Amino acid sequence: MTKHFDRELEKLKKKILSLSALVEERVYLAIKAIESRDPDLAERIIRSDHEIDEIEVEVEEECLKILALYQPVAVDLRLIVTVIKINNDLERIGDEAVNIAERIQSIAKRSTYSFHFDYTEMAEIAAAMLKQSLDALVNLDIDTAFRVLTLDDEVDDIQSKAYSQIKKAMGEHPEEMTYLINLYLISRHLERIADHATNIAEEVIYLIEGEIIRHGNYL
Amino acid sequence: MDTQLSIIPTDQDKTERIDIRSKDRMTDLRPGKKMEPLKDHRDEPGATIGEPFVEDPRMTCRDVNVYYGNKRAIRNVSVDIAGNEVISMIGPSGCGKSTFIRCLNRMNDTIEGCRVTGEITLDGMDIYDKHVDVVPLRAQVGMVFQKPNPFPKSIFDNVAYGPKIHGLSRSRLELDEIVESSLKKAGLWKEVKDQLDQPGTSLSGGQQQRLCIARAIAVGPEVILMDEPCSALDPIATGRIEDLIHELRRQFSIVIVTHSMQQAARVSQRTAYFHLGNLIEVGQTDQVFTSPRHRLTQDYITGRIG
Repeated sequence: MTKHFDRELEKLKKKILSLSALVEERVYLAIKAIESRDPDLAERIIRSDHEIDEIEVEVEEECLKILALYQPVAVDLRLIVTVIKINNDLERIGDEAVNIAERIQSIAKRSTYSFHFDYTEMAEIAAAMLKQSLDALVNLDIDTAFRVLTLDDEVDDIQSKAYSQIKKAMGEHPEEMTYLINLYLISRHLERIADHATNIAEEVIYLIEGEIIRHGNYL
Repeated sequence: MDTQLSIIPTDQDKTERIDIRSKDRMTDLRPGKKMEPLKDHRDEPGATIGEPFVEDPRMTCRDVNVYYGNKRAIRNVSVDIAGNEVISMIGPSGCGKSTFIRCLNRMNDTIEGCRVTGEITLDGMDIYDKHVDVVPLRAQVGMVFQKPNPFPKSIFDNVAYGPKIHGLSRSRLELDEIVESSLKKAGLWKEVKDQLDQPGTSLSGGQQQRLCIARAIAVGPEVILMDEPCSALDPIATGRIEDLIHELRRQFSIVIVTHSMQQAARVSQRTAYFHLGNLIEVGQTDQVFTSPRHRLTQDYITGRIG
């Protein structure tokens, strides 16, 4: 019974880890697409999203099966609940990568614009947050998880900087309104990726500590 | 700050990385930051962790030790039993949970070579005081056993026997009332009211167990001890007994020993975990089953020792 159960848990862990590796890769590609404005790369991201969706469904089914068959408690129960939530966050991050790809496709149609916002730093932080939150999961490292939470503010700051600069550009170049809206939305998607990474870190903390620290309870 | 994009894997090393992760890391998903370290059972154990004491206890146990001859079966157990609560005792076989609850109505007195030290009180009265008569004590602290054990008498007499010998009724009418209300509280009245003169043993296992509960209730107890009351019953009968436990909590304190973790989780407000004669952890049931504080508790409820 226990051996069976441990084997099921092992299988689940492997699955959520391969999903996280896949999602991390999509985010990386999306960031590359922001830099290169390559519509083909964007197309590839959009077309491959179904892979993430499929694994997400598999992970959820696996969790439901374990809950029904083994009625786990304590750390095992927390693991299943955490996996269900992280699974959801990962799938949403995949969607955000697709959203970014769609913005890139509409931006890429014209090559020259009068205004540009450099998203490199924001993208780097968001990607690092995702990476660290997943590392925290893999290593059950609570310090790394807490570090992710502190990074979220930096992403929010850059987003508000993007907002004010792009708003100003809209006033100066109203003829490029569509482009500027798309450009702004990229910051929105990056910010959402950072939010989901924050969620993952919080869920890892719950898994380790058994305490829910969402909604700013950790201060 | 580590924000190098190059750390993010490329397509090529992705598969390799998954392999490394799933093989070497995350294999022992048993976070232990808040867990008490594993204690060797030969050491003198530390104090029970969690919340063994309550503000308004019905029964208190302090430094209770039980010896069978030279063997110490219970080691320095201190715990309170609150009014109107169900407290479940869990732990692997031989951990002392049954021995412990048998101290609470001095059932261990009947076992030769068994010695109990420490203090156990019921409503402030020391139940091991030499002036205490165990017969009324066992009425105040009733017991229901693993296997239903009705007397070889009619259903009516099974319930009426206790009140009769304890002189709780002055007339046949009063006795009838006690029997009816006890059977009603035990959720059995509707099923047996037309066959009260039939032998108790003619009932089904689940009904017999409820008859035994009615028998315990009939003498007006304060505390009911249940030693694996459902282990001989099917899931339907078990469900009825569990519903009954919920009902009875309004009036009584209930101490239940169970091997079913799910049952402990379903019926009790507090859970106590015993291990090799030590009371390891006591806490709110929901806390014990989501975030146990002692590693031994966690290992037991997750099925990793037992």
